[in-house]
Amino acid sequence: MTTLFTILFDGVAYGMLLFVLACGLAVTLGLMNFVNLAHGAFAMTGGYICAVLVNNSGWPFFTALPLAFVSAAAIGVALERTLYRHLYTRSHLDQVLFTIGLTFMSVAAVDYVMGSSRIFIKLPAALEGQFDFFGVGIGRYRLMIIVICGLLTVALQLILAKTRFGSRLRAAVDDPRAASGLGINVPQVFAFTFAFGCGLAGLGGALSAEILGLDPYFPLKFMIYFLIVVTVGGSSSITGPFLASLLLGIGDVAGKYYVPKMGPFVIYTIMIVILIWRPNGLFGRTAAR
Amino acid sequence: MLAFAPAHAQETVKIGLILPMTGGQASTGKQIDNAVKLYMQQNGDTVAGKKIEVILKDDAAVPDNTKRLAQELIVNDKVSFIAGFGVTPAALAAAPLATQAKVPEIVMAAGTSIITERSPYIVRTSFTLAQSSTIIGDWAAKNGIKKVATLTSDYAPGNDALNFFKQNFTAGGGEIVEEVKVPLQNPDFAPFLQRMKDSKPDAVFVFVPAGQGGNFMKQYAERGLDKSGIKVIGPGDVMDDDLLNGMGDAALGTVTAHLYSAAHPSAANKEFVAAYKKAFGSRPGFMAVGGYDGIRLIYEALKKTGGKTDGDALIEAMKGMKWESPRGPISIDPETRDIVQNIYIRKVEKVDGELYNVEFATFEAVKDSGKTKK
Repeated sequence: MTTLFTILFDGVAYGMLLFVLACGLAVTLGLMNFVNLAHGAFAMTGGYICAVLVNNSGWPFFTALPLAFVSAAAIGVALERTLYRHLYTRSHLDQVLFTIGLTFMSVAAVDYVMGSSRIFIKLPAALEGQFDFFGVGIGRYRLMIIVICGLLTVALQLILAKTRFGSRLRAAVDDPRAASGLGINVPQVFAFTFAFGCGLAGLGGALSAEILGLDPYFPLKFMIYFLIVVTVGGSSSITGPFLASLLLGIGDVAGKYYVPKMGPFVIYTIMIVILIWRPNGLFGRTAAR
Repeated sequence: MLAFAPAHAQETVKIGLILPMTGGQASTGKQIDNAVKLYMQQNGDTVAGKKIEVILKDDAAVPDNTKRLAQELIVNDKVSFIAGFGVTPAALAAAPLATQAKVPEIVMAAGTSIITERSPYIVRTSFTLAQSSTIIGDWAAKNGIKKVATLTSDYAPGNDALNFFKQNFTAGGGEIVEEVKVPLQNPDFAPFLQRMKDSKPDAVFVFVPAGQGGNFMKQYAERGLDKSGIKVIGPGDVMDDDLLNGMGDAALGTVTAHLYSAAHPSAANKEFVAAYKKAFGSRPGFMAVGGYDGIRLIYEALKKTGGKTDGDALIEAMKGMKWESPRGPISIDPETRDIVQNIYIRKVEKVDGELYNVEFATFEAVKDSGKTKK
């Protein structure tokens, strides 16, 4: 019985991690209607920045985490202003080709600068190991992931649903012309949203290094997971990707534990079943309208 | 890299070096490339009156690329050797070309038993997984380890490691209580490790491709398996010198069987490690040694043939060759063209603030049991 809870706990942590990694993509893809396959590259950037700060410059892990967010966001905004904004009106195919090219460039660049070996971020001792909670093994690092990602999810939901910025963003997405007619600075809203999405990816990258490992192929290796989360969750809100991440995280961990022979396929099985049932994802666009 | 032969082509012997320089196996490629460069710096680029030219090609460990590159090297560049080969499928893809063109194929990394049987022109200077896995199986059975849970990557080398370990461990009276094969591209070991923990073994036998070892050890410690007294044993790939320091103290006490450790206490190795560190700023791992011995084999074979590059003569020259490698004494088995070498049992310890695999027992002149059984 306690094992069941340990598995559940690991699954939730894994799911939360997937969510932070993928929710930036849900925002660009769903809210801005832009296919950004280079999303993983921003995650990797955050991871490497955190690793360099902690391992080489001796920064504390918890100071380096926000910096991973900020620098990924800064790189995001620079690229958005120079490259991405020219592609908003282009076809999805152009966007895919452009962003996948960007991904390959980031892989090669990081490989050149940082080398191809997998690196780890030196964690503070307080985050290592497990403690026992009524017989359930709780990993300290995974607990931290759940706390950080949980808070982030709530904040994100509030920003989108309750703030002025959230309503501006939704208006800018639904009808950019009418929105700019009403005095909303649409390019600015988009740039800010894009940067925020990149920042989240950067934070996710920094958090995931410990569990998923960090090497130059990160953006390619995990692209599939980001896409599954967004596909299963639907891209019209962030509740969808959130529930999808949890479902997939728990499903993946439980599948690997209980049926290790089937392990890697569980996540795909879940995706297929959900997509047959709801082709637009759990909270798909057509379902919402 | 792509330079064509100079005007006096008859004076040059070309070696086509096919390695994964990009992709998940890139660290293998870089180590071997470094080692080859180092050897040529130390020993000059002229052998038996011929100039040696190495043409490096990147196959990213994709067998289709390997095959195409090997063909280009043999047909266009007229190389006298093809060498390198980071993974088993790559080495196998080039095998028919080696046979057809009668060009020696020097395998410097890939480790499944079958490789040298695929062409009479293949010679290996790295290792086979059978060599280390059978030894650790015997060792575990004789050293008070009764119950073992296994965790291996689900691909050919992983299955080789598992089967050879199982065979020797159970023959020695041991019992396998849990057997888990993890997918090759596996991000999170948590659920598999939980399964290992629940099966309460004396030790966990692990084989994952170089690169994932660090992830595995970190999560092993995170889950408290180190504190519950479950040891980690395995072939030495998991504890490659490349990765060891990144794993942190979780790796301390891990016992593995392998052909090489940067801490191998011989004069030849001390010199090799120092030269490698000076040239490339990092520690050499077992892949570097495979490359270093591979290029040495080519040099020595050319010396024996007086610089003639006839494939059959070169292979004859290589058979039975013996020398002192940084890893210890090695030779090329004249029957299988595979490497015969010492396998050491090592334990991870801290030496001068760094983690090293410290050798404490030696099994001498181990042949590949994957073939001797047949």
